[in-house]
Amino acid sequence: MFEWFTVALPISGVSVNALLLILLGVAVGVLGGFFGMGGAWMVTPALNIFGFPMPFAVGTDLCHMAGKSIISTRRHAKFGNVDVKLGLTMLAFDVVGIEIGARLVMWLERLGLAGPVIRWVYVVFLFLIAWLVFYDYFKERAIRRRAALGLAPGAPGLQWHVALHKISLRPIVRFDVAQVECSMWLPAAVGFFVGVLAGFLGIGGGLLMMPALVYLIGVPTFVAVGTDLFTVMLSGFYGAATYSMKGRVEILAVILMLAGAAPGAQIGTIATKYIRGYGIRLMFAITVVCAMISVILKQLGFDLAAAWVVMTAVTVMTGVVVVGMVRGAARELKAHKEVGA
Amino acid sequence: MTGRSIARSMTALVVLAPWLLVTGTMAAGGESQGALVHVADTRHLTGFNLYFANLYNVNRLLFTAMTVGLTGLLGLSLGMLMDVIVGAIGLDLGKREAKE
Repeated sequence: MFEWFTVALPISGVSVNALLLILLGVAVGVLGGFFGMGGAWMVTPALNIFGFPMPFAVGTDLCHMAGKSIISTRRHAKFGNVDVKLGLTMLAFDVVGIEIGARLVMWLERLGLAGPVIRWVYVVFLFLIAWLVFYDYFKERAIRRRAALGLAPGAPGLQWHVALHKISLRPIVRFDVAQVECSMWLPAAVGFFVGVLAGFLGIGGGLLMMPALVYLIGVPTFVAVGTDLFTVMLSGFYGAATYSMKGRVEILAVILMLAGAAPGAQIGTIATKYIRGYGIRLMFAITVVCAMISVILKQLGFDLAAAWVVMTAVTVMTGVVVVGMVRGAARELKAHKEVGA
Repeated sequence: MTGRSIARSMTALVVLAPWLLVTGTMAAGGESQGALVHVADTRHLTGFNLYFANLYNVNRLLFTAMTVGLTGLLGLSLGMLMDVIVGAIGLDLGKREAKE
């Protein structure tokens, strides 16, 4: 029965099940809209498993990411979650960083070390991100518990941005939506380092940008998600253009994935309305741990197990977000009804 | 080791790692290899697929413009369509309560 959905893609000549592409689009749309990332770490290995050669997997992913991010960014913008000024400031330096990161990869490639070095650096950074989000989450929980017992709250969670905001290098800029006032060089430097890492690791950068916005610049979680998606959208279009020019985008696959990503992105974005910021951070950290395990397995030669971990993480997280969104929406509709009655 | 000192060590590592990465690899130079040429097989294609495959083979710049334009247009129109559908369910899509 599933053979009915098999389509031959015109550019790469790969035959793939259209239903799988649509479902992948739904899942990545949900998680992308919820966490504020493109989801390259999920899509690229999935497309590769479906039979796409790696360059086509990367190019098709970037192109679909651009279209999907429009949907999520529009929704987040309506919620007031997008700081365009902050996003553009970071993006300008992010692009320079990506170029440097890509050149570093070329140097490593010449040394014959690119694959393992990139994977292990990836693992180290995923571990650091997961550690800091978990640390912050449990710290915040401890504060809440102490407050509930009427005790002194104790030391606050991670406050790196407070120290970084003391940098007085001019110009000092105010980002109204993010409610942050700091030296312009802070988001510029963060954007640059995220770019170097994203270019080096060959990922979109959303996975790094979201925690960087929260912990280094002090942006509220929701604005971090929205602003991150805005930068992902712009960098996605750049990626789509450059990979199209190089002939590594499969347009029919992009359209099929977008058909799934459209409802998925709406669900993921609306879910942020019902799940509190620290909940998003915790789920993000769990997802990052799964990504880390998958990279380690790949490095050890267990490709199938690595793909299984990614797919399981994607499926479970998508389920959790969808359930959160449906429950929240049901509560809201019930409240509307009660007000009406 | 207290949580604060762990946090300090991790901060130092996060700051130092990219720097070590850059300085550690700057010494080795090199150029990337040229990309492989790929040609789409149009023999069994029709309609939309044939049009895009031909465009891909003949005019890469127009293929790029069409791909990027179509992606943007599709993202925008699907987003607007989903707005209408979700709005019709009765959810308030205009505002949210920020809760950290």
